[in-house]
Amino acid sequence: MKRAAVLGTGQTHHRTRRTDVSMAGLCREAIDRALADAATDWSQIDAVVLGKAPDLFEGVMMPELFLAQSIGAAGRPLLRVHTAGSVGGATAIVATSLVRAGVHRRVLAVAFEKQSESNAMWALSIQPPFTAQLGAGAGGYFAPHIRAYIRRFDVPAHVGALVAVKDRRNGALNPYAHLRQSGITVESVRESPMLWDPVRYDETCPSSDGACAVVIADQAAAEASDRPVAWIRATAMRTEPTSFAGKDHVNPRAGAEAAAALWRAAGITDPLDEIDVAELYVPFSWFEPMWLENLGFAEPGHGWKLTESGETRIGGRLPVNPSGGVLCSNPIGASGLLRFAESAMQVMGRAGEHQVPGAGTAVGHAYGGGSQFFSMWVVGSEPDHRAK
Amino acid sequence: MTDVAIIGFAQSRSRPEAGTTSGVETLVPVFAQALSDAGLSRREVDFWCSGSSDYLAGRAFSFVNAVDAIGAYPPICESHVEMDAAWALYEAYVKILAGEAETALVYGFGKSSAGELRRVLALQLDPYVAAPLWPDSVSVAALQARLGVEAGMFSERDMAEVAARSRRDAAGNPYAQLSGETTADELLTAPYLADPLRVHDCAPVSDGAAAVVLAAGDRARRHRERPAWITGIAHRVDPPGLGERDLTAVASAAAAAAAAGLAGDLDAVELHAPFTHQELLLRAALELPGGVRINPSGGVLCGNPMFSAGLSRIGAAAERVMSGRARRVAGHATSGPALQQNLVCVMEA
Repeated sequence: MKRAAVLGTGQTHHRTRRTDVSMAGLCREAIDRALADAATDWSQIDAVVLGKAPDLFEGVMMPELFLAQSIGAAGRPLLRVHTAGSVGGATAIVATSLVRAGVHRRVLAVAFEKQSESNAMWALSIQPPFTAQLGAGAGGYFAPHIRAYIRRFDVPAHVGALVAVKDRRNGALNPYAHLRQSGITVESVRESPMLWDPVRYDETCPSSDGACAVVIADQAAAEASDRPVAWIRATAMRTEPTSFAGKDHVNPRAGAEAAAALWRAAGITDPLDEIDVAELYVPFSWFEPMWLENLGFAEPGHGWKLTESGETRIGGRLPVNPSGGVLCSNPIGASGLLRFAESAMQVMGRAGEHQVPGAGTAVGHAYGGGSQFFSMWVVGSEPDHRAK
Repeated sequence: MTDVAIIGFAQSRSRPEAGTTSGVETLVPVFAQALSDAGLSRREVDFWCSGSSDYLAGRAFSFVNAVDAIGAYPPICESHVEMDAAWALYEAYVKILAGEAETALVYGFGKSSAGELRRVLALQLDPYVAAPLWPDSVSVAALQARLGVEAGMFSERDMAEVAARSRRDAAGNPYAQLSGETTADELLTAPYLADPLRVHDCAPVSDGAAAVVLAAGDRARRHRERPAWITGIAHRVDPPGLGERDLTAVASAAAAAAAAGLAGDLDAVELHAPFTHQELLLRAALELPGGVRINPSGGVLCGNPMFSAGLSRIGAAAERVMSGRARRVAGHATSGPALQQNLVCVMEA
């Protein structure tokens, strides 16, 4: 298989409402930063892959069609990916395949969501035909899974708050983050209103307008780059149905199998030891320990111990979401690509104040639907695995 | 470079209304037929990829339930495009080319009867300046047809001839929604729907689904005596503004055809032309030779299930190769208002 690498990344300032820009302007803000970061220009972009979550969020059917010119796709191949919340990751993976297949040399992956154009809660809660209506929104849907996790392993009640404090303080180091709360404390999180027991207001992702863009290129382009690149060492995607007899919402098999395939393809045998930094899709604080277990960083029932002992902070054994993650910025369709881009920024040494010193290998992760769509990648400062 | 071929194809009958049937129920028999056609079992599929639209279904995440039709447990490798499934086929083709999969099943489904299609499609236009005026898809196509007629590229009679030929050809297609003997003279007596378009110039509103099975090199040879080898596949998109491009030139179709290596002898071409004049524009843009057989299936003028119709064009063309009725064929798919986005897939025995 041919090699592929990230040449550069870009993202917008994420806010509740970016009324200063149109959808096209939002995308271009991220794209222009990515092209500059990659030290490339439109003449070198062969194709564009655009990802976003449901079109009902903006009220435009297949918005890539009207955005075609603004995102530089006119006259070029344009693909539109939609795999629910995992879409940002899937977008990067489709772009990677285009390079690995030898079809293109440089592909621009873009993902956005401008949630202020509509009401995301409404878009997620309409009554679909043939399906039982839940009407709970995302928080109401996932809270029972979190309660099951806490009960299954008798997890201390403050672990969720620890994640929220860490991520919001990390977000304060990230100039693009929507929520930047350097003064947040465990006490203040635990005093914030209860939304969906046990998920409190401060443990919940915001609703954001934002975009992210990544330039992915072949080996020749990567080697010609004057700046460090992030080599894409492995990608993985897995899907399972929303619900079925035997579904484990706490530790979904699709996520575990995607991670196992990812580590295998990247030549990683002990992810906790060999991964320097992880950008995981954590929309509600408790998903950090749950995903640490699902991805194999810890045995089932032990993920929360990594969180509680501070090992997931910057400076810990496995910094998780040094960017602040989804808990600080959540333009849904772009949230997955932001995880992938932030992991690349870390190994390129371009993460600024939230840089994890010496990060050589990083994982980007996204999930979507009812914990059923998973996309992940491993990026490294070197093209091949070097056993430690 | 890995060779990739189509080794199986199946489609549901195009119906004006699938009734209470959901996408899941429509897909289950289509998967079974496509896999049986390819001689492959469900567990042997390395990668699944689909195309569909939330707006058509009137709900977010409409593709999620379709996963239930697969029986995706143990978990599968799967992806989805919010486009006609012809582009899902492209994604799967690339996956195989990259060596990340050896086999793939691509599917598309759409239930247009759930809404008012021509108004739903108006929401594909620029939401700031165009969509608020609600120019529906038939009216936008009529503007394009008018430009072609005024430029002397074709007449309303030429358009009616396309419709008559399509319906005659569809008589041999059990999946078609419309078919039968008619003449241009007869069709031209009908009133306009959106001048210069009459009802026969517009594809019917259809519910339906389709699936295509792909395989790499020797794997394809093992499963199919005569696979339809993909010798070229490419797609392009044009600028969105209806005033920003020459609506009669279809530059993106011409560019896709050139990149896919369409030129040369062709036994048959399946064009995704939801309006009669669009077949005429595409024939010109693709520089198709006069003698080539166009839409032997009757094309989408005789059944147009949204988001699977483009995939079906490729499947129907491939089927002619697999069955030994053709040596070199092409399938075409379109998306967006007035042929904005186009894909061309060239296949050979």
